[in-house]
Amino acid sequence: MTYQVDERGYYGKFGGAYIPEMLYPNVEELRTHYLDIWNDPKFQEEFRALLRDYVGRPTPLYYARRLSEAVGAQVYLKREDLCHTGAHKVNNTIGQILLARRLGKEKIIAETGAGQHGVATATVCALMGMECIVYMGKVDMERQRPNVERMRILGATVVPALSGNMTLKDATNEAMRHWINHPTDTHYIIGSVVGPHPYPDMVARFQSVISEEIKMQLEQAIGRPHPDWVIACVGGGSNAAGAYYHYLDDVRVKLVGVEAAGHGLDSGESAATTALGRPGVLHGSKTLLMQTDDGQVIEPYSISAGLDYPGIGPMHAHLFDTGRVQFVSATDDEAMGAGIRLSRLEGIIPAIESAHALAALNKLKFSKRDVVVVNLSGRGDKDLETYIRWGKY
Amino acid sequence: MKSNRLTTLFASGRKNLLSVFYTAGYPGLTDTVRIGKALEAAGADFVEIGIPFSDPVADGPTIQASNKVALDNGMNLHLLVEQVAELRKISELPIILMGYLNPVVQYGVEAFCADAAAAGVDGLILPDMPLEEFMAEYKPIFDKHNLHNTFLISPTTSEERIRRIDAVSTAFIYAVAASSTTGAKERFTDEQIAYFERLKSMHLKNPFMIGFGIANNNSFRQACAYSAGAVVGSAFINVLRESKDLEEDISAFVHSLKDGKAL
Ligand SMILES: Cc1ncc(COP(=O)(O)O)c(C=O)c1O
Repeated sequence: MTYQVDERGYYGKFGGAYIPEMLYPNVEELRTHYLDIWNDPKFQEEFRALLRDYVGRPTPLYYARRLSEAVGAQVYLKREDLCHTGAHKVNNTIGQILLARRLGKEKIIAETGAGQHGVATATVCALMGMECIVYMGKVDMERQRPNVERMRILGATVVPALSGNMTLKDATNEAMRHWINHPTDTHYIIGSVVGPHPYPDMVARFQSVISEEIKMQLEQAIGRPHPDWVIACVGGGSNAAGAYYHYLDDVRVKLVGVEAAGHGLDSGESAATTALGRPGVLHGSKTLLMQTDDGQVIEPYSISAGLDYPGIGPMHAHLFDTGRVQFVSATDDEAMGAGIRLSRLEGIIPAIESAHALAALNKLKFSKRDVVVVNLSGRGDKDLETYIRWGKY
Repeated sequence: MKSNRLTTLFASGRKNLLSVFYTAGYPGLTDTVRIGKALEAAGADFVEIGIPFSDPVADGPTIQASNKVALDNGMNLHLLVEQVAELRKISELPIILMGYLNPVVQYGVEAFCADAAAAGVDGLILPDMPLEEFMAEYKPIFDKHNLHNTFLISPTTSEERIRRIDAVSTAFIYAVAASSTTGAKERFTDEQIAYFERLKSMHLKNPFMIGFGIANNNSFRQACAYSAGAVVGSAFINVLRESKDLEEDISAFVHSLKDGKAL
């Protein structure tokens, strides 16, 4: 059993590159170059230096004493919230912009949901002096206003996506359309392990630094590199892919993915793809997708803009299919409650996406000695308005 | 592959072919049949009926909007197959269904090909189904049901890949006129003309039709100078959107495209 992508771009029966011919040259250019670039020691040197000096890596692996007592396990938080720009997303945008430069691209486009990927993209574009356009659903622009202004301060143009529910799926549609219309000088920095091959594998590699560091940090903290559990939220699945990456073949480690149940799995307002989806094709890959019997994509819902997406990356569809990862879901209320609990117990206000991962701590059966790593994918600054509106603190 | 209406049309060697794209279930749910019939009467050579999809990433605003209206009207793929069967009773026009892969995958590719062929469909265009997947998984199914599959090429498609697509194409190749999503444009640029010339000089085994951006008699004639004909989509959807009398407006539009003047 392998959990890595095969040479045809598939994870088991999921993946591939289901793109209109207009995008074939762009995607093919990436496919033929990305591994050579990734394996080039000079690229690695540049990438690692920026992660260290600019992003602030390694991020701490923090033993959360009070939370551990409350949960009844040894809980460690992987502090991706302490990355420059406030989430794991920047690991990927650093990698992709270095790659785009090597391919001679001049302009960058991106989609964003919570705005974290948009901010991370606008940030690296400012760093490299490249033009940046970010597509963002109009609804998301309203609920993540500080991030919109952050992108603008950084010099990016934020274009509202006005179709559909005006959230992440629609922003992705608009970014793909833009790419079709500007095929040669533009690189599309996709923000998660979604899209046509090679994106899922490329983004997973850029994020794999997360589990690489966890291994070393656990070795120091507890004398062994592997925890008993790794828990991460799954929107498209990039922070989860990074947190699982070096543990995929180590079956001693139980891997858990937490999806957004919104108002509840049966409410019709949810984004829990593995619970509600079936195999389908969207945004360039075959994966699990929330859809009608007629194959129309269902508009998802979650209080968390970053999890408000009707699909998951093909790698996660495969991890679900094979049973390697256990998927659970958390409702809006459960996630918000878990976010407040972390704030009170540890003095850390998490992103609402990450709060979904924390909510799973109440749903799983641990023994007291279990070492549990929760990937704290981002910080809650961008979500203050949502916390305030939710009110129960 | 056995002969079908598309095979016959392209074997005839006729030039200046006009294909019209329209979205099924637009502007009204049951207009699909009526529009097909009116296009035949007006002199269109074949039709591409669009399968509405929630996320049409290769389409510009005009066709996106028609997809949304059609879905809100209640259009779905099963209904479309019934409508095609109805159209087929009164029309000998070659019919292509064009759309994104996901609705077809949910229907079941094998079941869909069987039902579509039985209803009188001659070919399919599924822009997000890659050549490689088609060859590996779907070609035998298409062949069994005597359906053509038409591939797209664009100005950025390499010569090598065009040759590869030409080798496995039947009926015709769909040459997308610009690196763009769908949408009506005023005129072709010199770059586009150079691309058409390059295609023509490749002497492909299949004829090619030029589509995306064709809006009037001027661009139609320009395209036809290099190809077997041209496909009109967004400009036609614009006509449908504004129309008070579908039959009359369709007739006037087709004549203005082909002859440069209204009836
Ligand atoms: C903090 C944070 N965590 C998680 C996600 C979800 O994305 P992914 O599943 O790709 O990690 C986002 C997306 O915006 C985010 O901002």
